[in-house]
Amino acid sequence: MTVYYTKEHEWLRVEGNEAVVGITAHAANELGEIVFSEARDPGTTVEQGDSVAVVESVKAASDIYAPVTGDVLAFNDALTDDAALINRDPEGEGWIVRMTIADATQLEGLMDHATYTALVG
Amino acid sequence: MTQPLLRTPLYDLHIELGARMVPFAGYDMPVQYPAGVMAEHLHTRTKAGLFDVSHMGQVRIRPRSGNIADAAHALEALVPADIAGLKPGRQRYAVFTTDDGGISDDLMVTNMGEWLLLVVNAACKAADFAHVHKALNATCTVEMLDGRALIALQGPAAEAALVALNPAVAAMRFMDVAEMALAGVNCIVSRSGYTGEDGYEIGMANEGAETVARALLAQPDVAPVGLGARDSLRLEAGLCLYGADIDLTTTPVEGALEWSIQKSRKPGGARAGGYPGAQIVADQLADGTTRRRVGLRAEGRAPVRGGAELFADEAGQMPAGRVTSGAFGPSVGGPVAMGYVATDHAAVGTRLFASVRGRLLPVSVVALPFVAATFKR
Repeated sequence: MTVYYTKEHEWLRVEGNEAVVGITAHAANELGEIVFSEARDPGTTVEQGDSVAVVESVKAASDIYAPVTGDVLAFNDALTDDAALINRDPEGEGWIVRMTIADATQLEGLMDHATYTALVG
Repeated sequence: MTQPLLRTPLYDLHIELGARMVPFAGYDMPVQYPAGVMAEHLHTRTKAGLFDVSHMGQVRIRPRSGNIADAAHALEALVPADIAGLKPGRQRYAVFTTDDGGISDDLMVTNMGEWLLLVVNAACKAADFAHVHKALNATCTVEMLDGRALIALQGPAAEAALVALNPAVAAMRFMDVAEMALAGVNCIVSRSGYTGEDGYEIGMANEGAETVARALLAQPDVAPVGLGARDSLRLEAGLCLYGADIDLTTTPVEGALEWSIQKSRKPGGARAGGYPGAQIVADQLADGTTRRRVGLRAEGRAPVRGGAELFADEAGQMPAGRVTSGAFGPSVGGPVAMGYVATDHAAVGTRLFASVRGRLLPVSVVALPFVAATFKR
């Protein structure tokens, strides 16, 4: 199971041809308590770097950018009534969106855990 | 060239408390502490929050004649509020109006007995000072009190916490103002604030600010609260943020601030009009306006933020107005917003649709505030 990271603080876990995407513990901590999250509708094609979801704190909305190009498959329904799950378990139960991976070579441009950890200190 | 950010006298304390600092109106200010916006907001509603608002402008107006009534009458040429009727030791909300009836800032005015104290928004303070100085210089000395700090203590536990420093604060009522020593520092204390909660605002010379702040933080129920929670607290309380909910393009009547124009200054009153844009405001008081500031409650959980367009129909074909402030309200437990809507859509209960990321979300016009005020009147 391979996990990749972006400099915008998303993580992407590869599961076969699909990716599960969320935000890192660092990002969740920076945003504070998340009160709402939603994703683009299933079936929507998003380009790498497009907004694929949003997380909102009391004060502000933050875009979650697609780490790779692909089609949105599902939003994590557990977040509908409990968006703060992202704060409690950002890199596990608090995943945000499941999507296809259109071009696996894009993964090569993402960071591994050690590189990301060094980035956020 | 970027100006270096200014610091309040509590800057070092904010850093010590672990604040996340952000630029705000030219100052490096705490947006939140480690507890976070949600917890700080709820702490203020249940206990007491301590806010540094030293970035705000404080202006002293002293009548050259020595007669406070002269200063009060002079200031009434700039604001529609009743200043001449403001008794010593009392504070009142006011707005500076423009010739076309817009609002160039909102402020608090206090009768300090021999002088008037204005507290104005940080982003507007230079312009406000120039405006007041130009208009009042003939009759008054107008002085920017750059050397003074301002902190707010807000919440149901504020009284008990401040009583521990000086029992005299218990007898104060909402909008009372008194000079007194707190922790050995001479302070000007008002029973007022910007959260909808009972509480106090405390002004003092910069040198004494940290002493007072630390003495308050040492009280069991007091925690520091940043600008993030200050915004969600004031929004739940239905209070305007200048530059968002009121500005040069909104009149006091459109902004639902008629209550800030006392009877004596309204048409037929003893000192009716006489402020910039008075005829426009008088006409609007008589005839109404085409739009009005209202509270908005979203039906779903998605926050509707400032800037969102409002429509009367689900298809988004009939524009109805625009949201000016919106956030998740921690005490309400859901999204809260304010905005301007066409008057025929302004009745409480009207269902509208807010455009959020391309979707039209149902919202209802509701009465303000979202959270009832707990002022000690």
